[in-house]
Amino acid sequence: MTQPLIEIRSAPHVQGPKSVETIMRHVVYSLLPICAFYVFQYGISALASILVVTAACLFAERYFVRTGTQAGRLSDYSAVITGLLLALTLPPGFPLWMGAVAGLVAIALGKALFGGIGFNVFNPALVGRAFVQAAFPTAIATYTPSFLAGRFTEFIPSSLAWPLMIPADAAIWLKAKNLDALAGATPLAKWKFDGVLANAGDLLTSLSGNMAVGPAPVLILVCGAYLALRRFMDWRIPLAIIGSAALTAWLLYAFDGVRYPNPFFMLFSGGLILGAVYMATDMATSPVTPKGMWVYGALIGLLTVVIRYYSGLPEGVMYAILIANAASPLIERITQPVPFGRGVLDRAKKRATYPLNPGYISREEASAVTPKKRFLPKKPKK
Amino acid sequence: MNPSAADTWDEFMEGVWRQNPTFVMILGMCPTLAVTVSVVNALSMGISTMLVLIASCGLVSMMRNITPKEVRIAVYIVIIATFVTVVDYAIQAISLALYDALGAFIQLIVVNCIILGRAEAHAAKNPPLPAMINAAGMGIGFTIGLLALGVVREILGAGTLFGVALFGAGFQPWVIMVLPPGGFFVLGAWLLFFSWLERRKLRRQQAKLVEATQNA
Repeated sequence: MTQPLIEIRSAPHVQGPKSVETIMRHVVYSLLPICAFYVFQYGISALASILVVTAACLFAERYFVRTGTQAGRLSDYSAVITGLLLALTLPPGFPLWMGAVAGLVAIALGKALFGGIGFNVFNPALVGRAFVQAAFPTAIATYTPSFLAGRFTEFIPSSLAWPLMIPADAAIWLKAKNLDALAGATPLAKWKFDGVLANAGDLLTSLSGNMAVGPAPVLILVCGAYLALRRFMDWRIPLAIIGSAALTAWLLYAFDGVRYPNPFFMLFSGGLILGAVYMATDMATSPVTPKGMWVYGALIGLLTVVIRYYSGLPEGVMYAILIANAASPLIERITQPVPFGRGVLDRAKKRATYPLNPGYISREEASAVTPKKRFLPKKPKK
Repeated sequence: MNPSAADTWDEFMEGVWRQNPTFVMILGMCPTLAVTVSVVNALSMGISTMLVLIASCGLVSMMRNITPKEVRIAVYIVIIATFVTVVDYAIQAISLALYDALGAFIQLIVVNCIILGRAEAHAAKNPPLPAMINAAGMGIGFTIGLLALGVVREILGAGTLFGVALFGAGFQPWVIMVLPPGGFFVLGAWLLFFSWLERRKLRRQQAKLVEATQNA
C-alpha cells in the first residue's frame, strides 16, 4: 500500500471561523439589553410577554425538530431570536395566550413549513406577527403608556386574559390611573388619526414618560452597531433602509411640510429602527449580494413610508419587510456580481486588470482568500 | 355479501375516501375556500353539490348511448345547468338568508370541475346505477371536505358550532379565520393531516411486508 500523494477534497476550501450558532448567540446577547430596557419601560407584563412568546417559539421548534419536519437544532439560538423579536414587536399588554399563538405560528408557518433554519422565505417573527395582526386586530392595536407607577407589581389587565377569551379593556384601567385614552395610542397612531406630532428627541430615547413606544431607537442602534462591528450583521441593509426612509420622508416633507411629518419623526417612531436593524437583516431572508442589499434596504424604507402615509394602517414596517423578503430572491438574481474575467456585457474583457479585492469577496471576512492578480495574455493584433 | 355488493361498496367508498375530491384530488377549491365560513353554509353547499352530482350523473349515464361524442361536453353542461337551476330555486324557497350567504356559488356549481369530471370520466362509461352510486360517494366526500373546513373555521372564527355558542359571551373571535387566508391555512392543515395519515398507513404496510419476508 502506498500513501496517496494528492489529497482530494470537495468545496468549500475556505471556511470562516463563525458558525451559525456563534452568530445567533451574539445576536441574542445584543438583544438582551433591549429586552431589559423594554421590561424597565413596561414592568412585569413585558417580562411575562417576552418569556411566554419565547417559550412558545422554543416549544414549537423542539417539536418540529424532534419529528424531523425541519432542519437545525434547538441549541442554535435561532428560535430564541425569533421569540425575543416577536415579543418586542407586540404591545406590552398583549394577552399572553395570543402571544403564545403568535410564537407557535411564527415557528410552524414561518419556519418549519419551509424546512427549518436557513430555508425560510419570510422572517418567522414577522410571519407570527402578521398572523396575530390579522387574527386579533383590536388587541394588537391596544398599547399602554410606558413608565406607569406600579408597573413592577401589577400586570396590565389585558395580559392575563383567559385563553380564547376577549382581553379586558385597557381604557377603563387607564382611566382608573387618571390617564386619558389618548395616552395609550402609539405616536404613529396619534399622528395618523389625531394629527398630534411627537417630539423626535423624546422618541429617540423613549425616556420621557407615559408614551406608548417600544424600546429606545438609540439603544437598538448601539446594539446593532456592536453586531455590525463584530461582523455578525451586514451594515448595508440597516443603512439602506434608514437612508431610503429618511430620503423619502424628507422629500415629501419638503414638498408639503404641513401634511407630512418631519423625517426624524418618521425614523424614530414605530418599529422602523428595530425592523431595520434586527428583522430585515435576517440572513436567510435577505439578499447576499452587496448591491442587492442596497436595493433590498431601499425597497423596505420606501415601502414603509408609503404604507405609513397612504394606507389605513398607522405602521408599515412589518408588511414592507415581508414584501421585500418575497422580492429578495429576485433582487439577488438581478444583482449577481460580474464573474471574474467577464465584462459587464458578459464578454471576456480585453486587457483586463482586476483589483486585489474584488467587490464580490467581502473584505470583512478575515480568513477569506482573495484570488491572485493575473493578467490575460494580449491577443496579437491582426 | 355477493361480489357485486362488494364492488358497489368499493365504488361508493372511492369518492368518500380514496379519491376524496377535496383532500386527494384537490378539486372544486373555489366553493371549498369561499363558503366554508360556517358549518351550515358548508353543509348546504355540500348537499346541493351532491344532489346535482347524483342527478346529472344519472341522466348523463342514461343518455350515454345516444349522445354524439362531438357535442358531449355541451350536453353535460345543459344537463348539469338544469339540475343546478332546480337546486338554486329550491334553496331560495327554503331559506333566503342561506341563499344570500352562498351567493353566486350555487350557480357556479355548473362549472364545478368535480361534476364535469365525474360525468366525463365515470358516468359516460357506466350504467346509471353504478354511476349514481359513484356520484353519491363523491358528493359525500366533497361534503365531508367542506365540513372539515367549516367546523374549524366556525369554531375559531366565531366561537360557535351550527350557530350554538361554545365558549360563552367573552370569546375572542379569530378574525383571520373568516377571511380568505384562514381558508387557505385550514385547508393546508387538513391536507397535511391527511397526507400524514396516508404516509403512516404506507409505512405500516411496508413494515408488515418486511416482517412477512423475514419470517418466510
